Amino acid sequence: MLVRGERCLFANLGFSVSSGELLVLEGRNGSGKTSLLKTIVGILEPDDGELRWNGQPVRRHRQAFLASAAWLSHRTGLKPDLTAIENLRFESALRPTRVRDLEEALERLGVLRLRKLPVRALSAGQQRRVSLARMLLASAPLWLMDEPFTNLDREGRALVEELVCEHVGSGGLCIMAAHQDVSIDVPTTRLRLQ
Amino acid sequence: MKNGSARTPGLLDGFVATLRRDLLLAWKRPGDVLNPLFFFAMVCTLFPLATGPSVQQLQFAAPGVLWVAALLAMLLSLNSLFLADHEDGSLEQLLVSPQPLVVLALGKTFAHWLTNGLPLVVLSPLVAVAFRLPGATIQVLMLTLLLGTISLSLIGSIGAALTVGLHRGTALLSLLVLPLAMPVLIFGTRTVSLAAAGDGYAAGVLALAAYALGALSLAPYATAAALRVSNE
Repeated sequence: MLVRGERCLFANLGFSVSSGELLVLEGRNGSGKTSLLKTIVGILEPDDGELRWNGQPVRRHRQAFLASAAWLSHRTGLKPDLTAIENLRFESALRPTRVRDLEEALERLGVLRLRKLPVRALSAGQQRRVSLARMLLASAPLWLMDEPFTNLDREGRALVEELVCEHVGSGGLCIMAAHQDVSIDVPTTRLRLQ
Repeated sequence: MKNGSARTPGLLDGFVATLRRDLLLAWKRPGDVLNPLFFFAMVCTLFPLATGPSVQQLQFAAPGVLWVAALLAMLLSLNSLFLADHEDGSLEQLLVSPQPLVVLALGKTFAHWLTNGLPLVVLSPLVAVAFRLPGATIQVLMLTLLLGTISLSLIGSIGAALTVGLHRGTALLSLLVLPLAMPVLIFGTRTVSLAAAGDGYAAGVLALAAYALGALSLAPYATAAALRVSNE
């Protein structure tokens, strides 16, 4: 259960996601999709209830859980004054990352040629691609994505779908909040928030 | 190591990376660092002009004026400590990182001291000359400022973390920080006054050092907790 102000956003909510599965959170604006994601990742504290990761309560094994989760917020989480590479380099000191070239992640998202520009000089869609590259860099099995398609062109949307498909296909988990129809070719559960 | 295997960064990696990132940001935006420094220099050079050239009077007022100016300059710079991170969402990424938030907060606070506290210490002998302070007193002034600004950065980080979610939290920030900063101000000015009068001042320096050590061991935890609360 999560209460924000005087409004109870959700109560009696129960779900589980297993390896190789995508969970799509649906609902209109303000239905609590982002709040639910933030509760899962630990930015918000639930007023009641428990979250378990591999059968262990997350509350008591916070570090281990956070090491296996990557969070894509609706804000980019990038420093506008630093370049894409500098941003990714900082990220690789914060969490377990795949030992491979930072540039490889940027190339995958098609923003490698912009690596030496400060992030503020990039368009909103390009900035989103850089924050997706950061997600790709983290070797986290659980992806939490809040509206990943925002600001992306058709090509970018296809790329996100491809990345999620690959990630879930190789045994990862993904929880995604989306207000538009998401159809990705992986086992998908849908959760509609009222 | 083969491609695709994961590397787990240690505690020191998180601290150093946060410190490096904030220093790099300060380097790219020097205005943020220079503003409080400019304020400090302005107050300290305008004061002698306003009070008149009596050496005795200037030397008497110097410790108080220099210390108050330094305290206000530190307060001025504190507001932006977590604000930019909050706005671009990178604070959220720090919160959800597996690195302990205490270590990352300490890294940020240390960067703040290096870019705001230390320059004040370095600049202080230049402005102290305007007050005709003798060399021995200037040395004591620098020592007290060195210890005092460490405490101020650490205490201020708690206030900055508590007010980060609020718009226009500057006034509240001052209200939160000033009571805790009073001992630093009192010991700082008194120690310099004693040194100027030729009395023993070691006790004041030791008290300032103790306060800095206390702040160093407690403040990062309070800052981390405050960051969690203000991001709810």
